[in-house]
Amino acid sequence: MAENLQFAFSGLTVGTVYALVALGFTLIYNASDVINFAQGEFVMLGGMTTVFLAMAGLPLPLAALAAIASTVVVGLALHRLAIEPARTANPIVLIMITIGASIFLRGLAQVVFDKRFHTLPPIFGSEPIRIGGAAILPQSLVVLAGAVVIVVLLWAFVDRTLFGKALIATSANRLAARLVGIDTRQIVGFSFAVSAAIGAAAGILITPITLTSFDVGTLLALKGFAAAMLGGIGSALGAVVGGLLLGLLEAFAAGYLSSQYKDAVAFLVILAVLFAMPQGLFGKTRVERV
Amino acid sequence: MLSVEDLKSCYGRIEALHGVSVEVRAGEIVSLIGANGAGKTTLLRAISGVQAVSAGRIVFEDRPIEALAAHKRVALGIAQVPEGRQLFEPISVEDNLKLGAWTRRDVDFKAELDPVYELFPVLFQRRHAAAGTLSGGQQQMLAIGRALMAGPRLLLLDEPSMGLAPILVEQILGAVQRLKQTGLTVLLVEQNASAALAIADRGYVVETGRVVASGAAAELLADKRVRAAYLGV
Ligand SMILES: Nc1ncnc2c1ncn2[C@@H]1O[C@H](COP(=O)(O)OP(=O)(O)OP(=O)(O)O)[C@@H](O)[C@H]1O
Ligand SMILES: [Mg+2]
Repeated sequence: MAENLQFAFSGLTVGTVYALVALGFTLIYNASDVINFAQGEFVMLGGMTTVFLAMAGLPLPLAALAAIASTVVVGLALHRLAIEPARTANPIVLIMITIGASIFLRGLAQVVFDKRFHTLPPIFGSEPIRIGGAAILPQSLVVLAGAVVIVVLLWAFVDRTLFGKALIATSANRLAARLVGIDTRQIVGFSFAVSAAIGAAAGILITPITLTSFDVGTLLALKGFAAAMLGGIGSALGAVVGGLLLGLLEAFAAGYLSSQYKDAVAFLVILAVLFAMPQGLFGKTRVERV
Repeated sequence: MLSVEDLKSCYGRIEALHGVSVEVRAGEIVSLIGANGAGKTTLLRAISGVQAVSAGRIVFEDRPIEALAAHKRVALGIAQVPEGRQLFEPISVEDNLKLGAWTRRDVDFKAELDPVYELFPVLFQRRHAAAGTLSGGQQQMLAIGRALMAGPRLLLLDEPSMGLAPILVEQILGAVQRLKQTGLTVLLVEQNASAALAIADRGYVVETGRVVASGAAAELLADKRVRAAYLGV
């Protein structure tokens, strides 16, 4: 029992990060049909930039804010320099571009930062809290709380502002959005910026628990993608549920089978979703585009 | 007010418009009629800037606009009610209307919404419903209302009567006539040629990407060839 609870805690913690990565995928996909495989690099950049700015002497909160801001700049540059010039290309080409961008960013991080693992000090120390025989790190609660804040802010923005409605409108009907005078390029750029900010924040929150290095983005992108598929690509609710579910699946697989198989879970989920329910848990059935 | 000169447009390698010229004067209702696949929608899309143009000019109020982005053309005063309505289905009726005024976010929404609700009172009753849940006629009213919220001087309408019962067609086209009386200029695309020409000042007949006839609406209605091809008489 205590063991299961322990698996659940660790599953929910990493699952939260997968959920945030999946949410980033969802935002960009809804605005542009692009699946941004550089989403994992945003997480890496958030963590790594904070680490290095903190090492350079910046106070942690300031380092974190600066890391988010610089990741947003990277997200905007990715849109403006790589995606926007190719916007008439077919989706496969755009996906290749984002994969290329992620390789580039990883290489750049290796040069600008280094190849070692780094961590950040947890906000509320590292004394585990005991609940029902299981232990949970205070930082895990910080990750969860951070994710809740992000999701609520995003929801309020989308539901309560006209700009947010324009975001929904653009994803619901791109042609109509252009015909009412929405600059859809601006909307796509905005979605890259917000996705970058969410990814960076996730990277900063999780680094005290999982450590970070220049190459953590690859696997995170894959897992975030698996989570988004599981939840149904395009569904924000699906992204969150899919992320948490994938985290839990991984944690239980690692606990009951072997931690060696942990990373295989994401691949299995992708395959299973593709074969058994292409629209995921909350996705709309949509017409196959080639 | 609007002058389209020798416009060509392609889908991939296939040219859909082979040099179309159309003129719309301020205050007019101009009807564009033609069979399936003639290129009517392509022309309206090109005017709105959501369709690439390979040759020709589009001049709106003495200003060439063929190179302008779609959202800038809306800001200049050209709004379109697209074929198939193209509503923001998950979004409420009222928010669809507000998004219609996207290029004029500084306006007082209430003052802009009132005339639309007055024109189509049923939209007021259903203002909190998701657009996708409306009936076909209500959806068409919303599509028109949304375009009006942009405060256009030129309204492009693409087959507003499509799929509607005769009584609703009458209601919609009646609304278009009333809009004309407020000073709005209208370019109306229709397959329902008799209904479209009945409310129009002038008309153009389009066949396979070319204008094959044009003239005063009454003349076209009387034209033997037009009657045989489009009016079924
Ligand atoms: N997305 C597209 N891709 C390729 N060809 C297209 C596309 N849309 C239209 N066409 C072609 O362009 C030509 C003009 O089509 P368009 O939709 O402008 O005709 P239309 O007059 O609006 O017809 P309808 O009355 O059926 O709406 C047709 O031959 C059509 O097959
Ligand atoms: Mg058409």
